[in-house]
Amino acid sequence: MVSRAARAGAWSRDRRTPGRSIALHLTLVAASVVSVFPVAWLVLTSLKPRAVIETASVAPVDHPTLANYTQVLGETRFLTWAANSVVVSLITAVLGVLLSATTGYAVSRFRFPGFRSVMWMLLVTQMFPVAILIVPIYNLMAGLGLINQFPSLVIAYLTSAVPFCAWMMKGYFDTVPVTIDEAGRVDGLTPFGTFWRLILPLSKPGLAVAAFYSFITAWAEVAYATAFMTGDDKYTLAVGLSQFVGQHKAEWGLLTAASVLIAVPAAAVFLLVQRHLVTGLTAGATKA
Amino acid sequence: MTADVVVTRRAAPLSGARRLLSRHWYAWAMTAPVVVVTLVLVGYPLVRGIYLSLTDATEGNMGRTIGMNVIPSTYEFVGLGNYASILTSPEFLGRLTWTVVWTVVCVALHVGIGLGLALLLNRPMRLRSLYRILLVLPWAVPAFVSAFIWRYLLNGEFGVVNAMLRAAGFAGVAWLDDPFWAKVSVIACNVWLGVPFMMLALLGGLQAISRELYEAAEVDGASPWRRFRHITLPGLRPVSSTVVLLGTIWTFNQFPVIFLLTRGGPGGATEILVTYAYRQAFEGIRNYSGSAAWGMVILALLVVLATVYRRALRRQGEAW
Repeated sequence: MVSRAARAGAWSRDRRTPGRSIALHLTLVAASVVSVFPVAWLVLTSLKPRAVIETASVAPVDHPTLANYTQVLGETRFLTWAANSVVVSLITAVLGVLLSATTGYAVSRFRFPGFRSVMWMLLVTQMFPVAILIVPIYNLMAGLGLINQFPSLVIAYLTSAVPFCAWMMKGYFDTVPVTIDEAGRVDGLTPFGTFWRLILPLSKPGLAVAAFYSFITAWAEVAYATAFMTGDDKYTLAVGLSQFVGQHKAEWGLLTAASVLIAVPAAAVFLLVQRHLVTGLTAGATKA
Repeated sequence: MTADVVVTRRAAPLSGARRLLSRHWYAWAMTAPVVVVTLVLVGYPLVRGIYLSLTDATEGNMGRTIGMNVIPSTYEFVGLGNYASILTSPEFLGRLTWTVVWTVVCVALHVGIGLGLALLLNRPMRLRSLYRILLVLPWAVPAFVSAFIWRYLLNGEFGVVNAMLRAAGFAGVAWLDDPFWAKVSVIACNVWLGVPFMMLALLGGLQAISRELYEAAEVDGASPWRRFRHITLPGLRPVSSTVVLLGTIWTFNQFPVIFLLTRGGPGGATEILVTYAYRQAFEGIRNYSGSAAWGMVILALLVVLATVYRRALRRQGEAW
């Protein structure tokens, strides 16, 4: 595989004229600049003092300082919000995977009465935009006294995380050969035993990707969190950050420093797993 | 004696059901958690949402508890009144048109730019992994952070985009305060966000196309355009149909970009259906019933979309 790619590479690179090679690299450099510039500018801005940020300066570095960072960490509730976000997202991801793993397996392996209804349900509920359920869920949570409590957010996030995880894991289980199931059944395992002892251990990467995707979806959710969390000790990061740039004041220094603190760990983890994520999201397509 | 006959007669239809149960109970038991959770967490609110959409519930007449006092609900059933007023309002047509424009333009640009970059990245060259990482970066940053970044970049007074325009001798543009430029801004931000996923997914699709096909076509003297048209595009179809659907749903439902970048403004110019319904329910006098009705209209649109998609899947040979 590697040697074939290398051979093909040599074959094509030799044939490319210098002009075309320059055009290729120029295009990619231009695209990379567009892609990186906003993030790079965010990092540079977060290092500028407030007075410089509020002038139309195009200097990349101007009086560098860490004042914005110390202020975000010391004088705002940033760390509380970060902890809230992690708690809510983590619970959502774990519950989502636990509840949906067996269903993903069942719709991957069995054809049973009700199969089409289940698939249809999984597809449609994943597509639900926030506008459909937010009012009834809000009213129900208000009735239960759960507004401004984490369980209300977890419940709201599970409405999309559960069908999504089931759908994604079906895609993963489809890639595990059925012969493994058959071998397990011949050795006397029940269908559930086959799932639990053979398929689940083989599917850890699939479970991890489904959990990770549920985690980042919950982590970046704005609408439910804005409507449900009313006290600033219960904000998640997405809501908390909007407080920095409210109607009357805009603390761009705090906003940029906080954004960097959120984006750096998120981006690092993301870049490590993105290959699996793309495979997971398009899994249904590759076998067609 | 007669009792026995009755029992055996009744057992005959039962055994069919029992056979079904004994063959499928595993599958049913394994799907039960998701079915139960979905019925409770989605089904019940959905039914309640439908009911609310048929009433005149607002913040004012909704039952609530203040300290010890329980104030009962006083809203009334109004039938299809909310739907009638939505479908006949100019607001609906305006929001729907903009939502469709927004979705089509964004997805077209996502796929177009994503495919272009994927084709470039699919060639063997130096620095390929570096380009790949740099180009994926926008997807790695959480969407709400990106929306804030763009709000700062496009700020009329001290945003860097205007600063650069001024430095180059042009006048600054009121990116977020002019209805037309605000639309351009939200589309630009969403395209920036969405291209990396398309690029990676399509790159995966390109790498799955056999190289022999291209070599054979080249031996036969097919031009690069014909190779693209007759090998690349058909080879990408399984991946592209999935990502186009995902992209369409994500963009149609894209809440954070609109809500955080322009808050739907100026004057509602960038408000899509989803953010409009949200604003009805949670800003000003909270109009729960109107918002619920908007939600149901959006749901109807999405069900149409899902049906079309399932047809397409079935045509590709997906069994269900």
